[in-house]
Amino acid sequence: MGLTHYLVVSAILFSLGVLALTIRRNAVLMLMGIELILNAANINFIAFAYYDGLKLQGHVVALFVIVLAAAEAAVALAIVLHIYKMNNTVEADQINKLRE
Amino acid sequence: MEIAILFYVFAALAVISGFVVVFSRSVIYAAFSLLFTFLGVAGLYVLLNADFVAVAQIMVYIGGILILMVFGVMLTRKATDAEVQAPTMKTIPALIVVGLVMGTLVNVFTSATWPTSGMMPDIEGTTMEIGELLLTTFIMPFELAGILLLAAIMGAAFIARRQE
Repeated sequence: MGLTHYLVVSAILFSLGVLALTIRRNAVLMLMGIELILNAANINFIAFAYYDGLKLQGHVVALFVIVLAAAEAAVALAIVLHIYKMNNTVEADQINKLRE
Repeated sequence: MEIAILFYVFAALAVISGFVVVFSRSVIYAAFSLLFTFLGVAGLYVLLNADFVAVAQIMVYIGGILILMVFGVMLTRKATDAEVQAPTMKTIPALIVVGLVMGTLVNVFTSATWPTSGMMPDIEGTTMEIGELLLTTFIMPFELAGILLLAAIMGAAFIARRQE
């Protein structure tokens, strides 16, 4: 198993995350796309840490990414719930109050 | 040899359930297949000798973020609304663009020669070294992460509270 295998898996997961961000209208599903992108980045960090002789700095950075993802998910879901209370929908293309 | 089989099992688990997250018609199916994506990624971490990060991934992502997502799905659907479907939009142009991006990324990843140290480490347990790094070299980001989590929790509670 070379480094390239892990990098290709990470590229596929990253593309799936970007795809989820672009084609899904539900805001919660778009957040799931962001989580996929962060996971792809983490795979790269861990893979490079392993193939450079298990330098643990990569692991520490991956842990910080996980912490940031947790904080981001909490705040973003609070915002989504607030938007739902005000607009009665979380579809990203129906929230167009700024247009009027 | 067994490592190779395990790698393909975990990678297929992550990628296939990632496809389900993106393309499934039902939001709740997407949320639950995200669980299997996270499990597959955690398995890849174990194969890369990152046991502590794998356990942190399972505990934080599956135990925390995914529960939050499922709550988010359930709280943002009308109780009287029978519709559980979430249609996609502009799928074909997005597929073309994202396919081009993915092709470029895979091409770069496979054609570049990455400078690796060559020696395969065979240590067991990374927890102690990670703890030492967190409290020496990375002490400043560590404390800042604590402050960030406190601010994020308070901000989330403030935003989501019931307005009178």
